[in-house]
Amino acid sequence: MSPRGGAVARIRTHRARDSHTRRPRLAGVVGRVGPSLVLVLVGLGVWQGYVTAAGLRPQVLPSPLRVVEQGWAFREEIWANTVPTLQVTAVGFVASLVLGWTLAVAVDFVPWLRRALTPLLVASQTLPIIAIAPLLIIWFGFGLLPKVVVIALVTFFPIAVGLIEGFAATDRDATNLLRSMGASRWRQFRYVRLPGALPRFFTALRIGITYAVTGAIFAEYVGATAGLGIFMNLQKNSFRTDLVLAAVVVTATLSVTLFALTYVVERLVIPWNGHG
Amino acid sequence: MGETKVVIDDLRKSFPGPLPVLDGVAFDVAPGEFVSVIGPSGCGKSTLFDVIAGLEPPDAGRVLVDGEDATGRVDPFAYMPQQDLLFPWRTVLDNTTLGLEVAGMRRRLARERARPLFEPFGLAGFEDARPRELSGGMRQRAALLRTVVQDRPVLLLDEPFGALDSLTRTDMQTWLDGMRTRFDWTVLLITHDIREAVYLSDRVVVLGPRPTRVRRNVVIELPRPRHHEMITSPRFSALEAELDAVLREPS
Repeated sequence: MSPRGGAVARIRTHRARDSHTRRPRLAGVVGRVGPSLVLVLVGLGVWQGYVTAAGLRPQVLPSPLRVVEQGWAFREEIWANTVPTLQVTAVGFVASLVLGWTLAVAVDFVPWLRRALTPLLVASQTLPIIAIAPLLIIWFGFGLLPKVVVIALVTFFPIAVGLIEGFAATDRDATNLLRSMGASRWRQFRYVRLPGALPRFFTALRIGITYAVTGAIFAEYVGATAGLGIFMNLQKNSFRTDLVLAAVVVTATLSVTLFALTYVVERLVIPWNGHG
Repeated sequence: MGETKVVIDDLRKSFPGPLPVLDGVAFDVAPGEFVSVIGPSGCGKSTLFDVIAGLEPPDAGRVLVDGEDATGRVDPFAYMPQQDLLFPWRTVLDNTTLGLEVAGMRRRLARERARPLFEPFGLAGFEDARPRELSGGMRQRAALLRTVVQDRPVLLLDEPFGALDSLTRTDMQTWLDGMRTRFDWTVLLITHDIREAVYLSDRVVVLGPRPTRVRRNVVIELPRPRHHEMITSPRFSALEAELDAVLREPS
């Protein structure tokens, strides 16, 4: 999951960030979304045409129309599995935020922690989640915990690194100014380092949140009692390729929605950033 | 020179590297005096200010304020760095109260202290604006307001007008001269601009190249308040030439 999902997430992040610098007007929104929309429609058209022309069995490759049709027919079951996934995503991502913030603040206040933790943070990202996840199930069972751990593991890193770098990017002169005012280390942090790091935090948040949903799906795929991940796994085993794809569409929609939400939160929290 | 406000007593400072930076810098500042420090670039002017401001400990020497040892103390000095460093997440008013808030003053009280200064600083009506809405000159005035509202005995200004265009710069110099007269500040200014030093100062301290010490104290005997026409006067030109010559003296 990780390599491809990661690349897509990064591309999305960059595009969205670039256009974020302008105030979105209707024309701007159409101009931004329009090309992707056309591309998706053309792709769906080709797909539909190919499946019809080649007479493929839906177990192998269902047509887009069939995916929609069957997805709708099974909407209740899909929804019933979407809710647990959303819950797991939310809990996991909150855990990831707590972990990322705690580490970043600790590193900012205790210099030797930075040297001690940086290699560990990087090492945590080299763990093969695909091998670890089943072990987590063995250790922690089918409950919430192993899934929260997987999500936190795949999403805390960009958040922690974004914050650590954001704090450290504080202008030396700004630090001196605060010191000349008699500010303690804590007040330097509160008045300058923290607010100054928030724009980077939101960029990091966007990268993290695109991993969060796929992380949840993956964790459920390995073992769960409900959720989109286990739903996909079950449908795959009974050759309901169409329902697997329907769940994929729901997953993508969730990710994009959460991604867009970060912009809303950003505007609310740091309205001073970007435009006036 | 009678009364002294600040005594810079034989300050020495080295960093790891080939040359020491400060090699026994010594001079006095009288109450209400405006003293500029000029020197060749890289001579250690900013290090000197960091030491005076208490941000950097000296290897040897002392800083006295009103006769008391103030070495390593930040509280006798209000420090204005080169960049305006107005923070985008605060309004202009809240930027100017930062020093007071950091020192523990309640925000409401701090605002009451800063507000009356907006008029004389030419910032009236911009209290709730964001820093990005201000022009370059206004930003510097807001940064200076943030500095003086702390109400500390001595102002340390580190090339405050360095980033401004020349027209705004001269306006700001005239304005600063007026404000100084009005509020009777004791000011230490770093600049590399000889004309600015002459125009604003009662006295100019000329530093030599690194390792730096004071080469000469040049008293600026020009009438106050200063006017822009003075710049072309023979007396002004002679002072500029003298400072230039001292700066260029071989070591």
